[in-house]
Amino acid sequence: MPTFAQKTQSKCTTKANINKGSAVSKTVAKTGTGAVAEAMRQINPDVVAAYPITPQTAIVEEFSSFAANGKVKTEMITVESEHSAMSACIGASAAGARVMTATSSAGLALMWEVLYVAAGCRLPIVMPMVNRALSAPLNIHCDHSDSMGARDAGWIQLYSENSQEAYDNVIQAVRIAEHSDVRLPVMVMLDGFITSHAIERFDMIDDKTTQAFVSEFKPFSPLLDTDKPSTHGPFDLFDYYFEHRRSQAEAMKKSKQVILDVAKEYEKLTGRKYDLYKSYQLEDAEVAVVVLSSTAGTAVSVVDKLRDEGIKAGLMVPRVIRPFPAEEYAKALTHVKAVSVMDRSDSFNAEGAPLYTELTAAMYQSGGRPVMSNYIFGLGGRDVHPSDIEKVYRDTLDNAHNGKVKKAVNYLGVRGDE
Amino acid sequence: MSKLKWQELTPGGVITEPGNSKSYRTGDWRSRRPIWNKDACSHCMLCPIHCPDSSIKVKDKKMTGIDYDHCKGCGICANICPKNAIEMHNESEYK
Repeated sequence: MPTFAQKTQSKCTTKANINKGSAVSKTVAKTGTGAVAEAMRQINPDVVAAYPITPQTAIVEEFSSFAANGKVKTEMITVESEHSAMSACIGASAAGARVMTATSSAGLALMWEVLYVAAGCRLPIVMPMVNRALSAPLNIHCDHSDSMGARDAGWIQLYSENSQEAYDNVIQAVRIAEHSDVRLPVMVMLDGFITSHAIERFDMIDDKTTQAFVSEFKPFSPLLDTDKPSTHGPFDLFDYYFEHRRSQAEAMKKSKQVILDVAKEYEKLTGRKYDLYKSYQLEDAEVAVVVLSSTAGTAVSVVDKLRDEGIKAGLMVPRVIRPFPAEEYAKALTHVKAVSVMDRSDSFNAEGAPLYTELTAAMYQSGGRPVMSNYIFGLGGRDVHPSDIEKVYRDTLDNAHNGKVKKAVNYLGVRGDE
Repeated sequence: MSKLKWQELTPGGVITEPGNSKSYRTGDWRSRRPIWNKDACSHCMLCPIHCPDSSIKVKDKKMTGIDYDHCKGCGICANICPKNAIEMHNESEYK
C-alpha cells in the first residue's frame, strides 16, 4: 500500500512511486536532514558558510563530515552567527562560487538584513530552511513563522512535504536559482523534527547524474575575474534604485516558468513529477483544504475517509509560495464551493494568516469565489491529528451548504475554545 | 548621460565598466554653487587640495575653473580661500 507521501506526490497519482526515470536510483532510509545533506554532497558546492541552529544543525553537521572526509571539494566557512553566514555566502557567491547554507527560525531572523542583500544582488544562493517557531516563548519545534516572515525578502520559496521532496527540491533549487532569467536565491523548506528528524525512505539518484543535472555554475561578472573587473552591491539612489527593484520583480515573475521547466527535466531523470502545487481528489471536490508541507500527508488520510462517506473532499498542497502563483492556485480552487486554508503560522495582523490572505486575494481576481476560511494550527510544534483536519472539513462543508463562512479566522487545536 | 530603463540594467546593479563614476553627475545633488572670482584669486592651490570631489580645475599650477558636473556644493573651497575669491550662491539663482 502506498504511503500518504507517495499518494500526494505531485498531482497525486495513487500508484506507488515507481522510479521510471533515466537516472540510476537507490532507495535509502535517512532523516530529512540526512537527505538534504546527501543532496548537498551530490551538488558539491564550492562554498558552504553556516552556523548551527536546531533543527537545521544536523544538515551542516553531516555535510561537514563529507567535507572533512574529502567527499566534497567544498570550502567550509565556520562563522560566528547567521548574519555572518549569509554575508560570507554573499561574498563568495559574488566572487563566482556556487554557494549553499542552511538555517532555521532565529537563525533566519538573524540573517534578515542580508537576505535582502542576497536577493537584491541577484546571487543564486541555495538554502535549505528547516521550519521552526520563533521566540518568544522559546520553542524549537515546527511551525512556519520563520519562512513566512521572510516571504517578501526576494527569495524563491519551495515547501517540501517529506524527505523525498526536500532532497528533490534542493537539487532543483540549484538550477532554478542559477537560471539566467532568474538569478535569485532559493529557500527550500522542510518541517522541523517532523521531516527533519524522522527517518523515512527516499530515492536518491546517482552522484554522476546529479552533477550533470546541476552542471557548471556560470556566475555573472564574478569578482574574481580580474580581467574583467566589476563592482557588486554599489550605492544606488532615487534615480536607479527603483529600476533595479523593478528588474528584480521581473526575475521573480520569470522564475515561475523556470521552476516548471526544471521540474520537467528532473522528471525525466527520476520519474517524479513536480509542479507549482500538488492536489489530491481536487478535480471534482466541493470542499477543499489547502495546507503546506508535512501536514499534507495527514490530510490525505482524512480525504480518503470523507470520500468513503461520499463527501467530495479535496486537498491542495502548494509547493511554491514565492513567486506566488496566484493565477494557477485560483484556477485550481475556483470550482470548489468552500475552501479552508490551514496556516502553520500567524500574521499577528489581527486578521488571517499569510497563506489565507494571499490565496483569498488570488481568488478575488478569479471568476469563481469559493467561501474561504482560515485555520491557524500547529504553532510551536502542536500536533495536528486526523480528527482536527476532519473538523476543518466538516466546518468547510457547513460553509459550503450555507454559502458563507461561519467564522473566517479560526485557531485549531488550541485550548480555551479559540 | 541618459538614464537607462529597468530592462537595460545588469542583474543586481553589477558595474561591469571600471571607473565609470566619472560619468555619474554628482553635480546634480548641489544646492549651493561656488562662484569663482578670477581677479581675486592668487592661485595658492589650497582649494584643489581641500576639494573632496576633485572638482577644482587646475592647469599649469593655475586654477582654471570649477567642474560643475561633479561639484556637490559643500563650500569647503569658499571656506578655505584666503582671498575670499570663491563665494557660495543658491543654486536656484541659476535654474
